[in-house]
Amino acid sequence: MTRSEFLTKYGFMAAAIISAAVPLAIFIFMALLGYPILTSGRLFGTLLGAWDPIHQSYGILPMIIGTFILAILAVAAAFPVCLGCAALVSDAAPGPVGRFLHGVVRMMTGIPTVVYGFVGIFLLVPLIREAFGGGSGFSLLTAALMLALLVSPTMILLFCDSFGRVTHTYRQAAAALGATTAQQFLFVVLPQARNGILAGVLLGLGRALGDTLIALMLAGNAVAFPDHVFDSARTLTAHIALIIAADFDSPEFRTLFLCGLTLYVLTTLLVLGVRLTMRLPGRRP
Amino acid sequence: MMRHAFKLFHVWVWGSTLLLLAATGTVIGFLLVRGWAGIGRELVFGETPVLAALMLQRPVFDGLFPAMVGTLALVLLSVGMALPVGLATGIYLAEYATGRLYSLLSLFFDILAGMPSIVVGLFGFSITIFLHHRFSGKIYPCLFISALSLAVLVLPYLIRTTQAALEAIPADLRLIGPSLGATRFQNIFHVLVPHSLKSILSGILLAIGRCAEDTAVIMLTGVVVSAGIPKSIWGNFEALPFYIYYISAQYADADELTRGYGAAIILLLLCAFLFGIAFWLQRRLSQRWFERV
Repeated sequence: MTRSEFLTKYGFMAAAIISAAVPLAIFIFMALLGYPILTSGRLFGTLLGAWDPIHQSYGILPMIIGTFILAILAVAAAFPVCLGCAALVSDAAPGPVGRFLHGVVRMMTGIPTVVYGFVGIFLLVPLIREAFGGGSGFSLLTAALMLALLVSPTMILLFCDSFGRVTHTYRQAAAALGATTAQQFLFVVLPQARNGILAGVLLGLGRALGDTLIALMLAGNAVAFPDHVFDSARTLTAHIALIIAADFDSPEFRTLFLCGLTLYVLTTLLVLGVRLTMRLPGRRP
Repeated sequence: MMRHAFKLFHVWVWGSTLLLLAATGTVIGFLLVRGWAGIGRELVFGETPVLAALMLQRPVFDGLFPAMVGTLALVLLSVGMALPVGLATGIYLAEYATGRLYSLLSLFFDILAGMPSIVVGLFGFSITIFLHHRFSGKIYPCLFISALSLAVLVLPYLIRTTQAALEAIPADLRLIGPSLGATRFQNIFHVLVPHSLKSILSGILLAIGRCAEDTAVIMLTGVVVSAGIPKSIWGNFEALPFYIYYISAQYADADELTRGYGAAIILLLLCAFLFGIAFWLQRRLSQRWFERV
């Protein structure tokens, strides 16, 4: 091994170590700054309590619930549409149309989040306000609809990938038996792509959980347990953005890092889930 | 009965696709219809003469110019920081790492890629607090911290695209160099990297797009509404996405709102441009491999 060879190899390795240290460093920083809460014995009170600063209660449970409800609503709204769209793009549409639509969906991933939020405020909020009477129009439903649009391209592209991986001979066998496109898709492709679909849903959830701007701009940010979809709610991400301006030493401020840690753990679990589904044995017909 | 059910299948797939296209079209159309009239020299430069503004001789007060310069500075700095580390890590992952180390590193980069941008912003913010207390009371959220945090945000994209580009190189091409006596190092720099340059470039364009559109990170690390052209990397700065967010909540009059629409259109066009070129490069690339095979 020559000198330059040796140096480049360890140079690349050093870069890899730096990159791998970043997610660890994020975790360590959050844990260190959230340390006062983690050790004060108020961890469960903070994780599972209500947010009521007047009574010295700084629980982030309403934000955790808000985050989950919003993300699940958005993915649930997007799922049937994304599945149908992916079916058309990779299966039912004639070649050129499918390729064109695939390109359109990829371009959609580039639409900035803040643009969705901006259009949401000036278009969707007034619509929701008028259509459902009363209220401000800033609600879980408003944010969930926009969020569904945001996560759709991610989900569609993953669904398309998993449909594309289905063994071609199975489809040919079904076609040879006289199955129509619809039958091939529903009885051969869909069951085969089960794991990929699950992975797409988990990734969509991760994207929805982690988004800040749409929740912050459209969900109304009220700190309370929402009763129905027309209620305003606050997510963990929006909470971080709203509280950051507060005083450095206030108790509100320290809960931020607990919010950060919660989001970190949630998204890491989802990533692990996605990796696991990719490794699950596929179903044999 | 069943036959009707299968007809419904086509209704479902076409209906879903049209719904999605209509929703996206509405978002873009709404912006263009409301904001197109405001697009022009005044939107960017306000009352200031264009040349004087571009030469940085006269400040621009009621235009988007400072925010656009801020976004440009942010993108250059953060991609500049992330690029060397990201490329080297991608090369290491594709060419050197094996077995357990490979899967462990992949797991770490997957976790980093899934990290919400507000968490990355909070990380940048905690670094600021740490530096402020440990080293110098003069350190506050600033352009440098924002760029560093955005570099963290786009690092996994750069790693992944580099790695994927190198791993996609067919085995025959990969073996030509060594068969002629090239060392591993020569093979990487004279054959493998030049051959994947286009897809690496498309990865860089996507990373630039991410840097330009992200709002959550910079919100926590030093962006402000009015700072003028950034004077140093240790000061506050303006940026397009934050301006859009701010206007949506705090606009005072119709003029400001028009500028908000204008900023949203500019950001959308910028991202569409970057993503368009990136995908075009990838498309060209896959066609080339296809013809080769």
